[in-house]
Parts: sequence; C-alpha cells; structure tokens
Amino acid sequence: MRALAGLYLQQFKTTMAMMFQYRAMLAIWMLGQVLEPLIYLIVWSAVSTGAGGSVGSYTTRDFAGYFVVLMLVNQFSYTWIMYDFEYRVREGLLSFALLKPVHPIHSDIADNVSSKLITLPAMVLIAIVLAFAFHASISPQPWAILVFIPVLLMAFMVRFLLEWTLALVAFWTTRVSAINQSYFVLMLFLSGQIAPLTLLPQPVQVIADLLPFRWVIGFPVELLLGKLSPVDALIGLGAQAAWIIVGYVLLRIVWKAGTKVYSAVGA
Amino acid sequence: MNFFRLLGAYFVVSFMGEVAYRVNFFVQLFQTFLNLVVSLGGLAVIFSYTDKLGGWGPQEILALVGVYFLVGGLIGLVIQPGMEAFIESVRDGTLDFTLIRPEDSQLLVSIGRIDIWKLIDILLGLGIMTWALIMLGQKVGLMQAGMFVLALAAGGVIIYCFFLILATLSFWFVRIENILVIFQSMYEAGRWPVSLYPAWLRYGLTFVVPIAFATTIPAEALTNRLNLQTLLGAVGAALVLLVISRIVWRVGLRHYSGASA
Repeated sequence: MRALAGLYLQQFKTTMAMMFQYRAMLAIWMLGQVLEPLIYLIVWSAVSTGAGGSVGSYTTRDFAGYFVVLMLVNQFSYTWIMYDFEYRVREGLLSFALLKPVHPIHSDIADNVSSKLITLPAMVLIAIVLAFAFHASISPQPWAILVFIPVLLMAFMVRFLLEWTLALVAFWTTRVSAINQSYFVLMLFLSGQIAPLTLLPQPVQVIADLLPFRWVIGFPVELLLGKLSPVDALIGLGAQAAWIIVGYVLLRIVWKAGTKVYSAVGA
Repeated sequence: MNFFRLLGAYFVVSFMGEVAYRVNFFVQLFQTFLNLVVSLGGLAVIFSYTDKLGGWGPQEILALVGVYFLVGGLIGLVIQPGMEAFIESVRDGTLDFTLIRPEDSQLLVSIGRIDIWKLIDILLGLGIMTWALIMLGQKVGLMQAGMFVLALAAGGVIIYCFFLILATLSFWFVRIENILVIFQSMYEAGRWPVSLYPAWLRYGLTFVVPIAFATTIPAEALTNRLNLQTLLGAVGAALVLLVISRIVWRVGLRHYSGASA
C-alpha cells in the first residue's frame, strides 16, 4: 500500500512536469471540451426561447445550467485512454509497462488525475463566466450537493474502468478507431450530451437506463441541477455501484485474456 | 492548365497508394456514417420541439448540414493533409526536396498530400444538399446556383488561406502541429447557422476562425437568403486573403534554412 502511494506521488510529479511542458496542447484540448457543450447550450437556448421559454421540464435558464454543469462533469470523468492504448500496443511501448511490478492501470489513473488538477482551475473559471453570461439556473437542495461529490467520484470510476477495458481491444486488433468512434457516438446520445435525456423519445430513455453512459454524465448533472428526488438519487447510486462491479470484473477477465494474446509489435 | 495537370497527377498517385489499403475505405465509410448519425439524430431531437431554429427551418438546416459535409470533406481531402505534411517537412527538413522542384513551392505544398477517402464526405454532402432542396420544393434558378458556387468557392479559398497562414507559422515556430487541431474542434460549430450564436462568438467564427464563410454563407445562398452585399464581401475577403497568404508564404520561405543542413 505504501509502495503504491509512493508510485502515485512520483507519477503525479512526472505528469505535472510534462503537462507544464505542453501547456498549448492542454489549452487546445480544453477548447474542445468547452466548445461542444457551449454549442448545444446555445442551440437549446434558442429552441427554448422560440418555444416560449421552456421545453419539457427545462426552462431556458435550466438549459444553460445543464450544459455548464455537463461541461464540468464531462471534464471530470473524461479519459483519453482509448487513443493512448492503441498507440502503446502498436509501438510496442506496452512491453515496458508490463515489465514493471505494478499493474499499468495505476500510472494511468495518476496521469489522468494530475492532468485534470492542472486544468481544473481554468475550467471552473470558464464555467462560472458561462453560467453568468447565460444566466444559468442551478438550484440544488443541500442534500443533493452532498450526494453530488460521491456521485461524481463514482462516475469517474465507472467511466475509467469501462474505457480502460474497452481500450484493451487493442490487444486483439490495432484498428480500433472504428470501435472508439462508435463508442463516442453512443456516449454522445445516451449520456445526455446532445440533449437532456428526459427530452429524448421514451424507448431511447429505456436503453439509456440500461447502459452505463447515463450514469456517468446525465445523472450527476441532473442531480446538481436539482432535477432529481432522493429516490432517483438512490437508484442512480445503485446503478453506478453496479457498473463499477461489472467494470471491475470485466477488466480482470479481459486483461488476463489480453496479456495472453499480446505479442509486442516491433519486438 | 498546369495546376490541374499537377492536381490530377497527385490524385492518381495517392489513389494508387491507397488502393493497397482498402480497409481504410470501409473505416472512412463507417466514420462518415457515424458523423451523419450524430448530425441527423441531433436535428431530429431538436426539431421535435421546434420548427424554426435561428430563423431556419428543418430543411434549410439540412441543406446547411450538406454544406458542412461537403466543405469538411474538401478540407479533409486536400487542405488539411497537405498542411500537416508541410509542417512535418519543415520540422524534419524534407521541405528541401519540394523547394528544388521546378514548380511553385506553395502550389506543391498545398496539394502535396491527398486523402482520397474523404471523397465519401463530399459525395454525401452533395447528396444531403440535393435531398434538402427536394424537400424544400423550390426550384434552384441559374442566379441562385451561381451565387452558391461563388459563395462556396470564396469560402473554400478563405479556409485554404487560413490554413496556409497558420501552417506557414511553422517557419518561425517549429512545434505547431496542434494548431490545426483547433480548427477541427471549432468546425463543429459550423453545423449550425452562425446567426444562432451570441455576437462575440459570431464575430469569432466569422473573422478569427472563418467558419461562417465556409458553411453558413454558402448554405444561405442555397436556401435563397443570401444578399448580394454579403456575397461580394465574401469574395472580396477571399481575394484579399489570397494576396496576404501569398506574402506570408514568401516571407516565411525566406526564413527557412533547412533542418538537416
């Protein structure tokens, strides 16, 4: 346990140093993270204004709040592991990671968390500015704010476990871009990034309930907006816990099978 | 003309290079399909709650989506791959081999790499535009068609100059390949008419990153809402940028000393 803590600390330091080297890249990456929710914020605000001030249970100001919070939740739970992994397998870099005496997932977690710590202040600032600029309404009950913190952490865990497992497909094929893209399209629609899920047709909502995407983004956002009852929040927490277990088990199985078939490219 | 002969030759070469990797065709086809799903799915959800968006009806927005695919395909076909290859060649010094050829170096760099599978996006864009026009049920007159072609050409030239000026910066700052990535994420905004955006973003998307010229203005011409003034403005801007980018290119080239020497 102490060895692992030391590893995390060291990895934090390394990534921090690296990220400060690539400030411009971080800024460009953040621009994308901000722009997409911003576009949908503007589109839905226009729809809502045109429809007389509200669509479904969302007022124009609710939409602003929804997409500003979504921007933060997405930033918090985002991973880029699926791109990285293909590169690692293709270039044979994974061989080095496998030689180390700890599971490679630990350095990825440390990497992810430290790069987010660097971008967090800027993202929060942007979110505050946008919230004021678009008169966002965010009005959670005190209990919802308290629950939001563990919900956000669990959302991160679900997304990290599932995307890390999916990234392992690179063990079997190095042409993973089609798989990644399909995953992102599903994510876009079923997590609530295009529109709040309650505005989508009923069958789509049922599918969204059964898949993990909603519990990673839509659920935390709706919780903080004050759109959920305590019972909804409990159901959501249950779904997140279930997906964490599923993700963990899948990760163990796929990792074991994957390392067996892995033959380093370039070796 | 010399330009078309060269372009044709480069096309043939990249085609012969790519047919060896036929799987890439299917990968591109699939990605274009997913991109289409995002566009049409988003539109379907939004227009189930409204029938006008920023003054545009669903068929008109569909025409805009067609232009979005068409211009995006054009950028992905020649402009972006060429500029990426150029930035690489400045870094590793292989630009030397382009410079010693007996043709204009800006021209050679601009068509230097072609990603032929992006033709799928161009065809799809044309298909969507046709579909939208049929649904709109309006006759496209000669005048309107002419305005569209002119607006599209002006938009294409403006985007080309924008890319070229950014890429030319690599003569001064060697590590700038990420700068082109900015455009990719900004281009998403071109799926919607710029009139929808608040003023600061609208100006940004018109004058800083000229996406309005690439998608909104040609789509306006197509749906019969473009006034002559805007069109002339776009054509003027295209001509001015063409001259400026040429000057920047010349100055930058003088700055180049080769990486390997």
